[in-house]
Amino acid sequence: MKKPLSPKAVADLVPDGARVMIGGFMGVGTPNKIIDALVSAGKKDLTLIANDTALPGRGIGKLVSAGALRRAVVSHIGLNPETQRQMNAGILEVELVPQGTLIECIRAGGVGLGAVVTPTGLGTVLEEGKQVLEIDGKKFLVEEPIRADFAFIAARQADYLGNLEYSLTAQNFNPTMAMAADTVVAEPEHIVPVGVIPPDAVRTPASLVDHLIERST
Amino acid sequence: MQPKERIARRVAQEIAPGMLVNLGIGLPSLVAGFVPSDAGVFFQSENGVIGLGARPPEGMEEPDLTDAGGGFVTAVPGAAAIDSAMSFGLIRGGHIDLTVLGGLQVDERGLLANWMIPGAMVPGMGGAMDLATGARKVIVAMQHMANGKSKIVRTCDLPLTSTRPIDLLVTDLAVFEVTQSGLMVMEIAPDVTVGDVEASTEARFEVCGDLKCMDEIRPAIAEVQ
Repeated sequence: MKKPLSPKAVADLVPDGARVMIGGFMGVGTPNKIIDALVSAGKKDLTLIANDTALPGRGIGKLVSAGALRRAVVSHIGLNPETQRQMNAGILEVELVPQGTLIECIRAGGVGLGAVVTPTGLGTVLEEGKQVLEIDGKKFLVEEPIRADFAFIAARQADYLGNLEYSLTAQNFNPTMAMAADTVVAEPEHIVPVGVIPPDAVRTPASLVDHLIERST
Repeated sequence: MQPKERIARRVAQEIAPGMLVNLGIGLPSLVAGFVPSDAGVFFQSENGVIGLGARPPEGMEEPDLTDAGGGFVTAVPGAAAIDSAMSFGLIRGGHIDLTVLGGLQVDERGLLANWMIPGAMVPGMGGAMDLATGARKVIVAMQHMANGKSKIVRTCDLPLTSTRPIDLLVTDLAVFEVTQSGLMVMEIAPDVTVGDVEASTEARFEVCGDLKCMDEIRPAIAEVQ
C-alpha cells in the first residue's frame, strides 16, 4: 500500500531546475493540485516536457505565468500568448516537437529503446542537426528518447497499491509518461480499495507509480 | 454561399461511408457539419477519441471528453477512447483514411506550410506534421487569398509541414488536384472564371479539360468505393 502525499509534500521533492513531465492536453487530464503546489512553492528553472502549455490560468499555463519554467519541450503553444511572450523575450526556451514524435520519444525513454526512427519532419527545418537513416529505400529521421526526473500524471482512479485507470480523452500523455521518469507521482480523482479496478482496466500497473496524491485536499 | 461554407461543403463530398477522418482545428472542423450523422463516418480527434460527436447540451459537459482544441464534445455509439501513443500510431501508421488540414501556403509541387510564420506567429505544429506525413489522403481546406496575397505560391517560403505532397486543395475559388506534374484545377466556384483564379494564384497550374462547377449537386458524401 502507498502512503498518500499532500501536493505540498510532492512539491518539496522537486528541486529548482528539475526536468518534469506533466500529462494533459489543453488542460484535460492534467494533475492540477500538483501544478498549484509547484506554483505556490515558487519553483524556478524547471524544464517542462508536455504536449502543450494550455491557456493562461489553466493547468500547465499556471506554471508558465508563474515564471517557473526555463525550457519547454512541447508540440503546441498557440493558445497561450504568455508562452509566446516569454519565448520572444528570451525568458523561456521553447523546443517544438511534432506531437507524434514527442509521445513516441517519451515512450522510447520509458521502454528502453535507443531512438525513434520516424518519417515525420523529414526534409523540414526539424531535420537540421539530426541523423537521417535509410531503411529499405525509405528515409527516416532519428529522434532521441526523452526521460525526466519526475512525471506528474492525472488518472481517473487509483487503488491503494497505485494501479491506475484513466478516463476518456484525459488519458493522452499520462500512461506513456508514467514509464519515462525516475519518480512518478499520480494525482487520481478517486482512490479505491484494491480489487475495485478490474485487472483488464489497469492501464498503469502500480509498480510504475512511486507516489499518490491524497484525495482529501 | 459564404467562402468557408463552400469550402467545407465541397470537402465533405470527398468523405465516403466507413472512413476514419481527422479534421484539423479552424476551417477544417466545419466539414463535419456537412457529413450526415448516419453516414458511418468516424471522426478521430488526435487528443484521444475515435467517434467524435457534437457538442453536448449545456450543463451536460464532461470535463474529460474534449476535442483537440479543448472544447467539450460527445462520443458517438461505437466510439473508442485512446491514448496519445495509439492516436499517433494510427496517424503515422497510415490508419487514418483522410485528414483535412488548414493551410498558410500550398505551393505548385503540392507542398504544405501551416505551422509557423517565423518572427510573427509560432503556434507549433501540434499533430499537423504527423498527419500531413502519415494520413492516407491529405486535403487542405483554406481561403485562396490572405491580406490580398495568394496563399497558393510557386515555392513555400514558410517552413514546410511535410515533404510529402498533399492530394487535394479546396479553396473558395477552386479545387486543385496535385498530379505528378503539379497543380491541376478540376473545379471552379460558380461566380468566378479561370482568369479570376489565375489572377488570384501565384503558382502555375493546369486546367482540367473537363472543368466542373464546384457547387454542382453531388451526393452529400461520396459513394462507397
